[in-house]
Amino acid sequence: MARGIRDQVAIVGMGCSRFGERWDCGPDDLMIEAFQEASADAGIERDRIEAAWLGVFYQEQSTSKSGLPLSMALRLPNVPVTRVENLCATGTEALRGAVYAVASGAVDIALAMGVEKLKDTGFGGLPERAKGTFEDLWQPGFTPPGAFAQLGAAYAAKHGLSMQDVKRAMAHVSWKSHENAALNPKAHLRNRITIEQALGAPMIAYPLGTFDCCGVSDGAACAIVTTPEIARSLGRTEAVTVKSLQLAPSNGVELSHGSWDGAHTPTTRLAAARAYAEAGIAGAEAIDLFEVHDCFSITELVLMEDLGFSAEGRAVYDILDGRYDRSGAKPCQIDGGLKCFGHPVGASGLRMAYEMYLQLLGRAGARQHSPQGKAPALGLTHNLGGIPNRNVAAIGIFGLMDV
Amino acid sequence: MRALLSAGVYLPRARLPRSSIAAGHAWFNPNLPKGGERSYAAWDEDSLTLAVEAVRACTADVAAEGVAGSHRQFGVLAFASTTFPFADRSNAGLVAAALGREGALQARDHGGSLRAGTSALLAALQALADPACPETVVVASDARNAKPASPQESQFGHGAAAFRLGRAPDGTAVLAEYLGGAAVTADFVDHHRSDGEDFDYTLEERWVRDEAWGKLLPGAVVPALSAAGIAASAIDHCVVNAPAAAQKKLAAQLGLREGIFVDTLGKTVGDTGTAQPLVLLAAALEKATPGALLLLIGFGQGIDALVFRAGALAGTAASNFSAALAAGRQEPSYTRYLAHQGLLEMELGMRGERDNRTAQSVAWRKRRTVTALIGGKCRDCSTVQYPLTRACVNPDCRAFDTQEEFPLADCPAKVKTFTEDWLAFTPAPPLVYGNVTFAAGGNAFIEFTDAAPGETMVGQPVRFVFRLKDRDALRGFHRYFWKAVPVSVHAHGEGN
Repeated sequence: MARGIRDQVAIVGMGCSRFGERWDCGPDDLMIEAFQEASADAGIERDRIEAAWLGVFYQEQSTSKSGLPLSMALRLPNVPVTRVENLCATGTEALRGAVYAVASGAVDIALAMGVEKLKDTGFGGLPERAKGTFEDLWQPGFTPPGAFAQLGAAYAAKHGLSMQDVKRAMAHVSWKSHENAALNPKAHLRNRITIEQALGAPMIAYPLGTFDCCGVSDGAACAIVTTPEIARSLGRTEAVTVKSLQLAPSNGVELSHGSWDGAHTPTTRLAAARAYAEAGIAGAEAIDLFEVHDCFSITELVLMEDLGFSAEGRAVYDILDGRYDRSGAKPCQIDGGLKCFGHPVGASGLRMAYEMYLQLLGRAGARQHSPQGKAPALGLTHNLGGIPNRNVAAIGIFGLMDV
Repeated sequence: MRALLSAGVYLPRARLPRSSIAAGHAWFNPNLPKGGERSYAAWDEDSLTLAVEAVRACTADVAAEGVAGSHRQFGVLAFASTTFPFADRSNAGLVAAALGREGALQARDHGGSLRAGTSALLAALQALADPACPETVVVASDARNAKPASPQESQFGHGAAAFRLGRAPDGTAVLAEYLGGAAVTADFVDHHRSDGEDFDYTLEERWVRDEAWGKLLPGAVVPALSAAGIAASAIDHCVVNAPAAAQKKLAAQLGLREGIFVDTLGKTVGDTGTAQPLVLLAAALEKATPGALLLLIGFGQGIDALVFRAGALAGTAASNFSAALAAGRQEPSYTRYLAHQGLLEMELGMRGERDNRTAQSVAWRKRRTVTALIGGKCRDCSTVQYPLTRACVNPDCRAFDTQEEFPLADCPAKVKTFTEDWLAFTPAPPLVYGNVTFAAGGNAFIEFTDAAPGETMVGQPVRFVFRLKDRDALRGFHRYFWKAVPVSVHAHGEGN
């Protein structure tokens, strides 16, 4: 019986570039910005890295294929670099590669880097891409907001809610992320908004308005991981360890089978159950704060139930009650989330881990979460790559070494 | 006897009021007609997609409604048009493929003249003299473009009509018995459209009326009536797509009774080109009582004349013409019409630059899935799925290689979820798409069409139609797929 990844690997350094429309930067600049922060934090310079994983999604826009963009940008000493891509779960996938390498004993120190340079397309929103020679023949020419917007109509119908009620909760989700990002110097969108602004915004894809959609940002984030023993030898008295890393891709049910209701993400539920088991916790109640894949407000809303933070059909009420606000019982997106910190696709999973790392170590500054006056003990990150019809759910749980 | 067995008509949903055309051009020509409306094809419709719908209506097996593959079989498909999307790729072959009817079928295109519809019908009826000739479907369809501010812009309409014909023992209930026909050819150029041209070049109507209608018509009508053994005065319904003045002269000249001319739909649909005589015949058969005599005339570089006797199936249920007429929806925006016809280049944004190159080898491998909307049904667990794949999608089964073809184009379905996407590239924003659940089971993630913002809702029934999916302007290729149409209009009331 496999024992899982819990506490086998420690994160000893993390870095994250400023996210935003980085017109002055290419992907190499963003990777160096993130790496220099992580390297200084860990006290580990690049020649000690034995293997690296690079996550980038839109390689046509960003970098190019392969691990070379990372190897060359950092002038790594010709160590193995593997490029991974798993839609919006790419950053978490890069971390999983590095963590598994250390856990296997193959290497002592590994680097996970995620980067995306999106703002070279010349237009707003995510770049267009081919879906595959067969898929292009029949699948709708959807956009990400449209594909996720479908959750809204199905969720409202399933729970007998009016779209006005669902939209009010969605507006609260976006308002909260703007409030949180205002305290985050690295966030892309730091302006505050009102609920009325969100509700009155032009329609992007029914029922999503402008403020229901996350930022399209440039950015990079990275992690340096090693064994708990080496972390101690580096003088770390409080090290963050990986409690769980789980991945659940669709196998076609949401695309073709009648059982899916269109109002939830089954992969998230599967990944969450596995992640809670791997971390040795009963469920969402053990988590102090969390970051979810809030690419769109409606996504965050349904994820509250999929991850087990809200009971079935209760997300709208919990959100409006402030349960997930910074001052609430379970803060969600305390750094602004994809919505306002930004969503450079390949970096996002690592950006979420970066926030958990800072929060667990009490280093999150003005936005530090302190339940009962202490730093939080367990944090969760969640990505949903793709679209509700075919997606990859990824979950990470992070905590202090001995928690 | 040789007989028309069933009829089907398709008219695109969009109807442009002529007052909108006149208002758009008031500065240029204040005398354009303002009364009535015309039909026009949406950006994702062309003569081929209209033809597919007409053939589906014509071959629908009412007794097996809602059942997969519930269409009557036929051995010949003849498709007539002057606006085929492909000059060299069998258009009839593609219609057949869309209906899942590739294989042992003769598919042929008839073009070159507005008479092509009646010529295809006449040829098919004559071929039925051979007892070995299989049942035949003749479909005529046109979606002609007209220059802005031209008379044709107001006169033209878009539409299609299809007839299924075959041999039947005397006494069988048929739509109409074929009694006889004749054709003459004359290189009379009342209008023309040369290869590569977008628009017709049209000559004076008075010349056409006097020289063509007046002088050429008897050459075919007289021998057709003679072959049928019918006197002109016995004809109860005459289908001829001619102006009223020409009709009056014809009646006097041929000895036809007054008041027998079938309405040419000038105020409701417009002139649908090669389809027009067949559309009008379907309309006439709805009004005809069994035993009534019908004269059908086609015009274009000559004349076709065909004589029919209405059978027991004639009457209000003879075709879906009236339903197709009533299904129209007024779209008063003149610029919308222009944009849908490709006559106004709209700003489509950089997303519109997406390359739509088709991997033809994939399209061939997957043609049953894509062109015919055929899904799969698992032999082991009976789960229906779309698309068909090697392994069953049922999470409790997942068996390999148990899938049998399961046609879904006629399967009832409902909206599971949807969106109206204003960001996505489409020539007609918003792009509406969503997931639908088939009554037989299974889910499809699919584009919607003929759904204005606010008209779609969860739980609404949909039907499937064959439409253009994308145009590949770089390579001149048209890509088709099926789309879902919400069949009853509700409103969620929150458009943009």
